[in-house]
Amino acid sequence: MAEIAIKGVAKRFGDFTALHQVDLTIADQEFMVLLGASGCGKTTLLRIVAGLETPSQGEVWIGGRRVDHLPPRDRGIAMVFQNYAVFPHLTVFENIAFGLRMKKLPRQEIERRVNRTAELMHIEQLLKRYSGQLSGGQRQRVAVARALAMEPDVILMDEPLSNLDALLRLEMRAELKGVLAGSKTTTIYVTHDQVEAMSLADRIAVMHQGRIVQAASPVEVYRNPAARFVGSFIGNPPMNFLPATKAANGNWDVAGLALSGPKSDRQKVEFAIRPEDVDAGGEGLPATVRIIEPLGPHTLVTCDVEGALFRAVLESGAAIAVGDRLRLAPRSDRIRWFDPETTQAL
Amino acid sequence: MSAVTDARVTTPADARKAGNWLLTATAIVLSVWVLLPIYLLIVNALSSPGEVTAFPKRFLPSFDLGSLSFFINFAGVARALWNSVLVATLTMILAIGFGAPAGYALSRFDFPGKGTFRFLVLMTRAFPLPLLALPLAVMFIRTGLDDTAIGLALVHTTLALPFAVLITFSLFSGIPVELEEAAWTLGCTRWQAFRKVILPLALPGIAASAVFAFTISWNEVFAAAVLTIENRTLTAFLLQSLGESPLYLKFAGGAALVVPALIFIFAVRKYLFAMWGIANR
Repeated sequence: MAEIAIKGVAKRFGDFTALHQVDLTIADQEFMVLLGASGCGKTTLLRIVAGLETPSQGEVWIGGRRVDHLPPRDRGIAMVFQNYAVFPHLTVFENIAFGLRMKKLPRQEIERRVNRTAELMHIEQLLKRYSGQLSGGQRQRVAVARALAMEPDVILMDEPLSNLDALLRLEMRAELKGVLAGSKTTTIYVTHDQVEAMSLADRIAVMHQGRIVQAASPVEVYRNPAARFVGSFIGNPPMNFLPATKAANGNWDVAGLALSGPKSDRQKVEFAIRPEDVDAGGEGLPATVRIIEPLGPHTLVTCDVEGALFRAVLESGAAIAVGDRLRLAPRSDRIRWFDPETTQAL
Repeated sequence: MSAVTDARVTTPADARKAGNWLLTATAIVLSVWVLLPIYLLIVNALSSPGEVTAFPKRFLPSFDLGSLSFFINFAGVARALWNSVLVATLTMILAIGFGAPAGYALSRFDFPGKGTFRFLVLMTRAFPLPLLALPLAVMFIRTGLDDTAIGLALVHTTLALPFAVLITFSLFSGIPVELEEAAWTLGCTRWQAFRKVILPLALPGIAASAVFAFTISWNEVFAAAVLTIENRTLTAFLLQSLGESPLYLKFAGGAALVVPALIFIFAVRKYLFAMWGIANR
């Protein structure tokens, strides 16, 4: 049982505030991904949980025990680093056995665990090699095996796939998911890659400028962004935003189209829709086609809606030409609204 | 059009050729500048006393070990050699004992005055030893450190320390901090992580830095001559006694001093390059 609770954690480096009062609870055996652009504080938060960085204020609890004053070795964690941090003076076997030897486990137990994790990560045949004789992908496997061999309550991963090439990353991603699901550990995984986050996470915590903007399941984060930033950061292409002004009967006027929306005191709000949630034809937003990108399964059409950029993902068969005037009808259940001042969802 | 091209126009290829030629010539001149005296020293040390003063000179030594064996058996040489080794070893231990922790601290921690500290480390080399030698001699006489191996080793340590700090600093900086952090998460204390991960990786470089400190002490003559009387090191002893000796003995003594230092420096050259920031790995 290792629930992680981060309570009011803040981190300041001199005048720079890397984290503002972050609160986050991660359930036992949950796979939590911290997602955000570089410099958003995600790695700092991970390092605070690991004990490699001390919080300026706040508390960290792991498995019901307050750990923010403990050194990393007393926290029941294992960590995988971005540059793998495989010890170059030790063989792969000794790398994986390193933490087990520190725990003073009996020799048979060490051998059993090393062989089991090496098999799990498909590196049995590399056990006698040194890190200099391994490829990046193999080093990555050693780093993960070394963490798993500790049988920790919590595994922390800091962009573990970002140094691998695209194909290998795809392969490792699926493998990691399988291995970690079987290991019954709680995982915190830091990445800037939204596809990685979506595919791995039980829950995603989207971070922006030292704050957690939204922590929810991948589908929830995608479908119901809690703030404008989440909608614009997640999804490729990102969400479309258009200004909306108050019209009669509680409706909102979006580029001449009357849509029913939230009740608000404001005269202006923001209308948002994902590119794949519009249909061409019928009654819709007046759009002028600027660029057409056929992507195979569908076609990405970049349009101009009353001077604003608007992307739509349409069926690949659609007969469209640059300069065409389209009507793009938003699916009413997929429309989201944001407060332009607070940038929060309405 | 090619017919009117001036034959004297220098093409980029010509310029590169000239540059290469200049580089080669400079390298040869510098090499001769350094190697010729060493060559002459060794040739003469390995020649019989008669050949040293004879003319014309031989380019290959006759491998007559007479001068060298006479020099080794010369009264006081063995004692001076022992003193040299003792002082150099003490210097090596002190320089690494203080220098390596300082280099580690500089590479791993941010502390107020870090830049100033690094500058001050270098500044210790800005004071010429003759300027310090007299006050030091007076102080040493007062504290009873004069004419002792440890006293001289302390002075040599101040000479060797800046290099020890700089070499180990660049050494530790070259070891990713993540290796240490990984060791911490795998159950190590700070000290265990240093001993099990950082030290094995840094050890060849630390050894090189130690050898360099040894060489600095081995070669140092001024402080040794001023601060010791009975317990002279080899350099100070040679300075004192070889002035009046015949030429062939001077060559033998010179070779006995220079050759070990040359071998040491050659063995650790790659780490000395690293100190000046030249990529070598």
